[in-house]
This record gives sequence, C-alpha cells and structure tokens, in this order.
Amino acid sequence: MQAMMELAADNLLSPIILSFVLGLVAALARSDLAFPEAVAKGMSLYLLFAIGIKGGVAVAGNGMDMQLGVSLLAGMALSALIPFIGFAMLRVMTRLSVVDAAAVAAHYGSISIVTFVAASSVLDAQGIVFEGYMVAVAAAMEAPAILSALWLISRKGGGGADGGGHLWREIMLNGSIVLLVGAFAIGWIVGPEGKAEIDAFITAPFKGILCLFLLDMGLVAGRGLRQSRGEVRGGVLAFGLIMPLIGASLGLMVGLLIGLSLGGTTLLMVLSASASYIAVPAAMRVALPAANPAISLTLALGVTFPFNLTIGIPLYLAVATAILGS
Amino acid sequence: MQMHEAKRVEIIIEAVMEGRLTAALQKAGVTGYTVLPVMGGAGRSGEWSREGQIGRSGMVAVVCLIRPERLESLLEAAFAVVERHIGVVSVSDTKVVRAERF
Repeated sequence: MQAMMELAADNLLSPIILSFVLGLVAALARSDLAFPEAVAKGMSLYLLFAIGIKGGVAVAGNGMDMQLGVSLLAGMALSALIPFIGFAMLRVMTRLSVVDAAAVAAHYGSISIVTFVAASSVLDAQGIVFEGYMVAVAAAMEAPAILSALWLISRKGGGGADGGGHLWREIMLNGSIVLLVGAFAIGWIVGPEGKAEIDAFITAPFKGILCLFLLDMGLVAGRGLRQSRGEVRGGVLAFGLIMPLIGASLGLMVGLLIGLSLGGTTLLMVLSASASYIAVPAAMRVALPAANPAISLTLALGVTFPFNLTIGIPLYLAVATAILGS
Repeated sequence: MQMHEAKRVEIIIEAVMEGRLTAALQKAGVTGYTVLPVMGGAGRSGEWSREGQIGRSGMVAVVCLIRPERLESLLEAAFAVVERHIGVVSVSDTKVVRAERF
C-alpha cells in the first residue's frame, strides 16, 4: 500500500503530469496560452514515430513469437467488446440518446495513444520492461470499437449511420495508425543498430516533447470542460470515471489469460481503460453526425484522460504488481 | 470594365467532410472552388477553436463562384452531403470579371 502511495505521489509530481495540470489550469482560468494547430500536430507525429520505432526495435531485439498474434487478437476483441458494456451502462446511468450513447461507447472501446505513451514512460521510469509489440496492439485496438458502435446503432434504431467503404479506408489508413504501424515496422527492420543512428532524436527529447504535448492536451481538455455547458455531469460524469476501471479490469483479466508480463499487462489495462479523442471523433462525425461531439470529447478528454493520467496509471500498475509480483 | 453576374456559395462544414463535399461538387459540374481554414467559432454545438487540435477536427469553408443558372444543381449536390452535418450554407450575389472561367 505504501509503495502504491509513493508511486502515485511520484506520478503526480512528475513533469508530464504537472505540465498537463498547467495547461488545464491555464485554460480554466481563461489564459490566452495556446499551441498553434501545426505545432500540436507536429508533436503528436514525433511521439507516434518515436514510440513506434522503440516498439519495433524491442521486438527485433527479443524476437517474434506466437504471443504477438495472440495479443493482437486479444486487444481487438477487447476493443470490440468494451463499447457493448459502455453502451449498456450509459443507457442505464444516463439519459443520453441511442446515438450519443453509441458514439461515447465507441470512444471508450478505442484507445488513447497519449495515455499509452504516458504509461510506458512511467514503466520506463520504474525500470519495468514491457513487450515491444504492445505498440502494435495499441494500433489494432483503434478501429474495432467503431465497428461495434455502428452495429449497435443499426440494431437499436438510432437512425442509421453514414459512411460505407470510404469511411473504412479513412479509419484504417488514419494518419496516426499508419505512422505508428509504419514506425513500428521500421524499428523492427532496422533493429537496435539502426535505432542507435537516430537515438539522439527519438530518445533524449522524448520526455520533454511529451511534457509540451501534455501541456497542450491540458489546454484542450480545460477549454472543453469550460465550454461543455453542463452536458457532462451526474451519470455521464460518473460513467467517465467508472468506465476506465471496468476497462482496466477487463484488460487485467485478458493480460493474465494470455500471459503478458507485468509491464505488458499494465499497458493492456491502460489501453482498455483509455478513450480515444483523435481517430474515433473524426469517424463518428462522418458516420453518426447526429451524435453530439461535445459530450464524447469532453468526457474522453476532460474526465477520463486526466483520471487515467493522475490516478489510473499508478493504480493499474499497483494492481498488476500485486497480482503478478514485481 | 465589363462585369458579369455570378453567385458566391460558401459552405462551412466539418473538416472531416471536406473531401466528400468537394467530390460531390465536382460531380455536379463545379470546375473550381477554394477551401479556406476556419480559425474557430460558435454555434448550436458550442464553441470551438482550431488551436491545439490534433485530429482532423474543426471546420473549413468551401467557396464556389458559379454562373447563376448552375446554382440549383450545386445546392442539390452540396445539400446531399451537408444535410445531416453541422455547418452553414450561404449564397450571395457577386460579380466576376472573366465570366468564361465559371
């Protein structure tokens, strides 16, 4: 218990969390601090590239095994399943319409790559190794949730979804997924020797850029909360705090079932607990235009993301450590 | 200088729908359009700003200058795309110098 409290305190006082808090406070206080769109995009491209390369190099170093395929399938199954649980909870806990509930559920089935990056940086700081292919698992967990949400809409009579084949090409070839998977493949091909050539670029500045990126995420989250006009409260707010715990529990069970390491299990918990705010919002705007984007974005970015960042990650790590041992 | 009557159609739509809208316009015979970034704004769905956004979020403005007789077919094509989405479609009278280009 004491170790868990220490880990939580270390996490809360880490530069990445404090940067996020700075952004959040600045936005809530109506400061004009802002990142230009191109800078935010540039930082996210850097982080995706760096995390992809690192994952690929780790797989090149440790070799391939069946576990990679099993983990990919398990991640996709989790992503497809979580929206059904989320949808049922939202229909019971809130007065959201079928369309809004399905859109929110899709966000929670999919993943937040920034939460994944923050969690992997906590694991690195603690000296806990994890399977490099968890990066590929993260990429595989982006899309199945969207499919589940669209299926829910077609079954529950929410007015039908737009989209078709064009939408699926956009989802599967989403820039974040292409860069993450592509960088993972590059890392895998070039291995540790190739990484050594670009190490100064992808390792040393990583945490600093992550801090700046989280400062921007804090600003976006704060602005979202300020402008949410009271849409996120009561049952909806409670959902944003309970759903990550349910997702993490599912991630823990699956991690144990498929035999992931402590680090890998923690990351699968984090992925299952996190909610998308890049890939899914765009897909939902195209497929379910009737859904209110303010609800799902504010919930994912303003409630669940800060929760996972501050309390969730140390909690999931502590629970996984208690079960798997350090 | 000789000026010619024309219509200026401005469609402000979510950035994710830009490709679908411009494809529909081209299919309807529109030969040219301009896409402008929109910095931010407010409407029925609340306030938003382009700053700090990372996904394909926000809005864009698609502007077409066309001959008045082509207005109806353009609006029909555009409306098929924007009907269920957040956005604003407006039409105004304007004049152009080189009519053969529209």
